[in-house]
Amino acid sequence: MSTPDAGLLVALVGNPNTGKSTLFNALTGLRQRVGNYPGVTVARKSGTCDLGDGQKVELVDLPGLYSLAAASPDEQVVIDALAGNIAGDRRPDAVVLVADATNLLRNLFLASQVAELGRPVVLVLNQADVAKEQGLRIDAELLSRRLGGVPVVLTSAWKGEGIADVRRAIARVLAQRTPMKRVAWPANIAAALADVAVTAAADTGKEVAAADAQRLLFDGNATTADRIGWTLAQREKTLRSARDRVRNSGYNPMAAEPLVHYAHLRVALEGVVTEGMGKAGRTAAVDGLLLHRILGPILFAGIMLGLFASVFWLAKFPMEWIQSGVDAFKGVVAPPLDAYPMLQSLLTDGIIGGVGAFLAFLPQILILFLFVGILEDSGYMARAAFIMDRLFSWCGLNGKSFVPMLSGFACAIPGLLSTRTIEDPKARLATAFVVPFMSCSARFPIYALMCAAFIGPLYGPGWESVVMVGMHCVGLFFAVPTAFVLTRFVLKVKPQPFVLELPRYQMPKPRDVLWRMWQNAAEFVSKAGTVIFAITIIVWALSYFPRDAAVADRIKAANPAASEEVVKAKVQAAYVEQSYMGRFGKAVQPVFDPLGFDWKITVGVLASFPAREVIVSTLGVTYSVGEGAKADSQHLRQAMQDAKWSEGPRAGRPIFSLAAVLALMVFFALCSQCGPTIATLAQETGGWKWAAGSFFYMTALAWVVSTLVYQVVIRLL
Amino acid sequence: MTPLSQLLPGQFGKLASLNPERGVDQRLMALGLLPGMALKLIRKAPLGDPLAIEFGGQVVSLRLAEAENLIVDVSADCPIQRPRQP
Repeated sequence: MSTPDAGLLVALVGNPNTGKSTLFNALTGLRQRVGNYPGVTVARKSGTCDLGDGQKVELVDLPGLYSLAAASPDEQVVIDALAGNIAGDRRPDAVVLVADATNLLRNLFLASQVAELGRPVVLVLNQADVAKEQGLRIDAELLSRRLGGVPVVLTSAWKGEGIADVRRAIARVLAQRTPMKRVAWPANIAAALADVAVTAAADTGKEVAAADAQRLLFDGNATTADRIGWTLAQREKTLRSARDRVRNSGYNPMAAEPLVHYAHLRVALEGVVTEGMGKAGRTAAVDGLLLHRILGPILFAGIMLGLFASVFWLAKFPMEWIQSGVDAFKGVVAPPLDAYPMLQSLLTDGIIGGVGAFLAFLPQILILFLFVGILEDSGYMARAAFIMDRLFSWCGLNGKSFVPMLSGFACAIPGLLSTRTIEDPKARLATAFVVPFMSCSARFPIYALMCAAFIGPLYGPGWESVVMVGMHCVGLFFAVPTAFVLTRFVLKVKPQPFVLELPRYQMPKPRDVLWRMWQNAAEFVSKAGTVIFAITIIVWALSYFPRDAAVADRIKAANPAASEEVVKAKVQAAYVEQSYMGRFGKAVQPVFDPLGFDWKITVGVLASFPAREVIVSTLGVTYSVGEGAKADSQHLRQAMQDAKWSEGPRAGRPIFSLAAVLALMVFFALCSQCGPTIATLAQETGGWKWAAGSFFYMTALAWVVSTLVYQVVIRLL
Repeated sequence: MTPLSQLLPGQFGKLASLNPERGVDQRLMALGLLPGMALKLIRKAPLGDPLAIEFGGQVVSLRLAEAENLIVDVSADCPIQRPRQP
């Protein structure tokens, strides 16, 4: 995202779990913009920060990371952003390094790496209140002197303490441009680095900074080399001899960077932290309970059940309010337009219906993100991943795949959005790919209709429940092997080792949680919303046009004795039958014939691609019982039970045989029938490639499995 | 000398060696787990994998298979410091 204003840019960098985002919110006061870095699905969060003296700078909150050794897309973004290598983005004029005051040594490793970039630095030691409670006394002035005079500020961002000091410190380093003291590399490593820098610069004709040379020498991956265009043939010999040189000085080249930095930091921290009397904190005791071999999983199940119940049930009420609000709005808008039926239908069924369709997802998204935010900020999310990892690791996912997949049983959209909590890009992509397989609440109406109309009456309520539960498992049954094949054979992304910090438990800050919840919802509405809206309008148009008034007249003439209601339903059915959608449905019915679908079901299936829950009302229209049909509609059940094949080899036999009923339900369990999901998948995977892949894979899978179900069951019975 | 994956919960030692060529070990080194560092196996997950280890004042989880290359000297006299008790 380009930033047109030429003002100063300050980057916020730090380890995860340091309270960096809380500090960011405190410094910018929610005057924030969220965008995306080009080409990757990493959010670029920035805001305006007032430095206290009227000077304003742009503050950008970079993703949390432990090391500049780029392994994941998030980490690569930080490196590129700090070095100013991102198209359309400026190089930061200063860097604010956020460190956890209770674990300075580990946190300063990243700081020490960033110091190599030579930018002006402010070091913020956050969570100073917790450090104090633990009895740690930190001599900020001494640390500042040791690090070359960069300002060292103690803060407690949660409580809002020390924020003004940070503002002043930023203003100071921007004016004085104080860099942080850099590590003294042992002579042989320094020579190897210099050699790499000189040769790379000569080979590529580009300037190679000291920090670039370190990435080239110390990292096994080729991202930096690729960026500056240093080919494998060019670099191979230079890097090998440079690494040999490092090895000869007694360092493994892959370990030299942390070894040298940590040795440097141990010296710098000498006498900075003194341990006094204090409380050890309750994290270990709480973990003893929450990670207990028996109690841990029980409590986990309880928490996740609570989360699922909230997304599923709590969201029902606001969703119903939105639905009745939309209906009421239609009721107000429609009557004045009675004279213009096309405009009336476009406005009510197309536009208002389309907006309502994606607004209905908002309550679930908001509630899920409220809970995910609390779980993340409290530190429990890492524990949940710890408990669940074993169940997911064998098929290439990890413990963090659980929450998105569970959410998928309520709705795939919030599930997809919550895959952002998975750091490993491979597991993230695979999880996003299988989330739409989970049996979401929009699949419920068709299961309910089919079970109530056919399974229940024919085989009793016992089988009805079995089929209901079975249908909820079909997606999961296919999702697991899909993930396995995807991570094993298809995805070429290198998996990340599952090294996960179990951070200290913390009380989530309500403002941070609510703010993130809001940002996620706003992003969904602005991005996926437009796509959903467009799809709805297109499907509306396809099932509305052409609309020849003669069709209505013919129906009215043919049914002179029928009541107005019956005629209206028949007219509607006739219109749909001759609409583009109806004609298309009849044309492609042979494709669905192996599944036992007649043209009416086919039209219903086709019309359900933007949103699968419309199948019930579409069947209501095509079976001439009116569009208000619900899953519990007696008329619709009767009409479907009475429906018979009118021609072909099955003429006279019921359309909804057990085989067709099961095939239809399985089809809806597996088929990719949700415009919002596809739009969100594209948004979350950074392009339409995976969204299209998901669409075709799920739809093809649904067709194949449903065909098998129909053909097998029809032969058995 | 024992692989970390074979430690029992509650057992501690000093890291003797790791394999810097591996991504997992590189991550752990960035977190400060370098040879000579005292560490303790806190617990295993309820299903036996992954592990939670403590070193340098932090608790980190890693998978059993990834802990095999980390060799721990359990005979070393290096109790994980538990400072700051009242």
